[in-house]
Amino acid sequence: MNGGLLYSGADWDFRTLSRSYDAIERIACEELGLEVYPNRIEVITAEQMLDVYTAHGMPLTYRHWSYGKRFLQHEASYRRGYSSLAYEVVINSNPCISYLMEENTATMQALVIAHAAFGHNHFFRNNHLFRQWTDADAIIDYLEFARTFIAGCEDRYGVAAVERVLDAAHALSRQGVHRHGGARPLNLKTDQKRERERREYDERMFDDLWRTVPGGRTSVDTDPIGERRRRLGLPEENLLYFIEKISPRLQSWEREIIRIVRLIAQYFYPQPQAKVMNEGCATWVHQRIMTRLHDTGQIDDAAFLEVLHSTSNVITQPDFDQPGGGVNFNPYALGYAMMTDIERMCTQPTEEDRAWFPDIAGNGDPLGTLRYAWANFRDESFILQYLSPAVIRQFRLFRLMDDTSETTLLVDAIHDDAGYRAIRRSLARSYDTSESDADVQVVDVDLAADRRLILQHRTRPGRLLAQRDAEATLRHVAALWGYEVRLQEIDSDSDAVLATHTAEPQGA
Amino acid sequence: MDIIDRRANPHGKNLGNRQRVLSRARAAVAQAARKAIDQGTIREVGQGQAVTIPADSLNEPSFHTVFTSGQRQLVLPGNREFSTGDRLSRPRGGGGGGGSGSGAGQGDAEGEDGFRFVLTRDEFLDLFFEDLELPDLVKNQIVNVEISAPARAGISMDGSPSQIDMSRTMRRSMARRIGLRRPKTPEVEALEEEIAALEESGADADRLVALRAELDLALRRLARVPWIDPVDLRYRRFTNVPKPSARAVMFCLMDVSGSMSEQMKDLAKRFFLLLHVFLERRYKRVELVFIRHTEVAEEVDEQTFFTDPRTGGTVVSTALAEFLRIQRDRYPQDSWNIYVAQASDGDNSSSDTRQAVAIMEADILPIVQHFAYIEVAASAAMIRGETDLWRGYEPLSQRAPRLAMRRVSERRDIFPVFRDLFGRKAATA
Repeated sequence: MNGGLLYSGADWDFRTLSRSYDAIERIACEELGLEVYPNRIEVITAEQMLDVYTAHGMPLTYRHWSYGKRFLQHEASYRRGYSSLAYEVVINSNPCISYLMEENTATMQALVIAHAAFGHNHFFRNNHLFRQWTDADAIIDYLEFARTFIAGCEDRYGVAAVERVLDAAHALSRQGVHRHGGARPLNLKTDQKRERERREYDERMFDDLWRTVPGGRTSVDTDPIGERRRRLGLPEENLLYFIEKISPRLQSWEREIIRIVRLIAQYFYPQPQAKVMNEGCATWVHQRIMTRLHDTGQIDDAAFLEVLHSTSNVITQPDFDQPGGGVNFNPYALGYAMMTDIERMCTQPTEEDRAWFPDIAGNGDPLGTLRYAWANFRDESFILQYLSPAVIRQFRLFRLMDDTSETTLLVDAIHDDAGYRAIRRSLARSYDTSESDADVQVVDVDLAADRRLILQHRTRPGRLLAQRDAEATLRHVAALWGYEVRLQEIDSDSDAVLATHTAEPQGA
Repeated sequence: MDIIDRRANPHGKNLGNRQRVLSRARAAVAQAARKAIDQGTIREVGQGQAVTIPADSLNEPSFHTVFTSGQRQLVLPGNREFSTGDRLSRPRGGGGGGGSGSGAGQGDAEGEDGFRFVLTRDEFLDLFFEDLELPDLVKNQIVNVEISAPARAGISMDGSPSQIDMSRTMRRSMARRIGLRRPKTPEVEALEEEIAALEESGADADRLVALRAELDLALRRLARVPWIDPVDLRYRRFTNVPKPSARAVMFCLMDVSGSMSEQMKDLAKRFFLLLHVFLERRYKRVELVFIRHTEVAEEVDEQTFFTDPRTGGTVVSTALAEFLRIQRDRYPQDSWNIYVAQASDGDNSSSDTRQAVAIMEADILPIVQHFAYIEVAASAAMIRGETDLWRGYEPLSQRAPRLAMRRVSERRDIFPVFRDLFGRKAATA
């Protein structure tokens, strides 16, 4: 079995792929103990890869100009040679779909099978974020439902009307996730049923007579504000959810579209939170598997050199002052370095490791330790837990204090004993999405009176919303809400109002 | 595990999305187009320069915070020389309110930039002309239904009997017959004769037996190896080659007499350019003919047409006659779509106008797709409805919808005039 090469040279065919896959699967599942969804590997062309990019790697989407815009951007930069395409794209679904480019060499195909079909796949299946927030079994069906439903709406109500709702919902998609309490699983059947019931309810409740009733009931609503807010479930951080459920003016199909955007945003919610880990895991796994293939004589030296070349390209971390460097870390580099370091600490610990990581240093089980980390952490907690002094020294990390009242920047921590913990804390924090996402919440609305929607952005002075975008987004909120919307930016320490934006629905 | 080859799947999944981008940017495109024309860059547009459109309408806003003041901490890689307590000056662009660490400024500014994308010339022009349509669409339908003609394209093994290539087929047949040693008829006849002769004479029985065997073999061979076998057949192969049948010729007629100022010529030129660009959209091939005239008319090249000044009087009918001569010589009506654009300041020698109108009505208007007459004038010089040529053409244009006439006095009038001339006529045709 281990005798003989899987392939030689750069050319591949489907038998080569299949042989490589089998060899890789043996190593991944038997030696590394990875647990993966069943794999589906699809070979595509460069042009199709551009299509896949456009939809954030979703295999199918509804139509919207923003995807066209992304397509144009990618296409332009690809055609001019500014950027090359990824070797693969992998989708968190069951079965797990990996796209391979036809241009890849045989070695690259093997490498990306190891990387995507086993590295990413294992991570998707086991990481708690993905287990908790996404439902790999249902996503493809749900996207299919979304596409059909939205196409149906376009036929019924016109492209422009659907686009208006989609634009607004997309603008709020960052504020369209439940950050707490886990996600309810997607279910195509119930979704279709709910949509049908909604329509039936509307039809049943329609009575033209109401239009002719003069005046209407006088409200004797003496509820205190607190009671009102309690009944509406305020404050609510999921703006799309609130609008979908409460907005007084939306048609039921508009609510369904908002729901679609919201659920897709929810599906993507874990991705940016675990980028370093996800890429680190996949890179570590492919490197390990390819090394084993080489050790067991299943790929030749030339192929292994190509692997080394490719991996070292991927894990390059430019310094802060080099082109491409800056505050943004290469997730492949950081993730791979940390995971290699964990492996080293488990097998060849130094005194320093024993002091810093007494629980894992020298435990002799690097695979178990890594699998535990992959399953139970996200970027922020992973860095806080596992970033070792060795990696800080390897990257020569330092921390800058940027105080706008000073004319200079202060270096307040470097890679020394005094600085390790400070650097680790700050770096971890920079991966905490709740730090970077704007905390905008619905705080009040009087449905019985002027129906003005009050939003609050709790923040700190000097960290206000980007004004033009905030106002444009607020107009989208107003369009969905149908009445005036006011956004207050509140200092979370002193409760002082830092800024106020308002928007009226157009043509209302 | 499945491996699926998706390469053959339909491509261009994003065409629909791309078109939505374009239609969303349509307002911006129209704006850019008008600007391009107003600023006189239509010539470059015509030569295929891409137009960049600032697309605010393609902005995707969201709530996101920007760091403007206060304190923050950044972790960076690649420390070579700093130790704790060092102070660095702020990198460029990071001063004042937008304080930022190295490279951080770019990250913060990201959401603010408008998205820009470049339309190809074709897309630009498609948008530009989308609401324009040629008035006479009879011949224009050819553009959509492509005409193709069969052309020889080698030989094939099968085909209809009428397309058999005899000489090739026979050559192959002969080669096969020789190769398989099919006996020729004279040889067989010779054998038969010899056998008959031997039988008659009765001598040499051995020879007779051998000859009979030989004849037997030859006859069997003759039966086995056919004269023409299906493998010999060769047919002439034809493929359909699309024919560029949608051809148009555009005649530019211009008065270059002394009364035409440079500015007027400039206006006329813009009109011609626009018309040319427009026709290029419609037809696979557009030929240009430039005819200038004073008292006499001549065909010139484009350079001369627009730049070489002339002096003299004005006799319009000479240009019309020259047009007719060239058209008859080179552009027969049944295979060319003929467009004429005439630019003039309206002056004509008064005795000639009647003749010009007569030529127009009798000879020209029946054969052209469209005749656009634009009268250019320096803003104040034109007296409404009073130029010789205008007076002459006016009644004609009432009768013949193919003749369209407009006045242009300023550069920015060109585009509206152009839209007028070729704009979709609401259900009049």
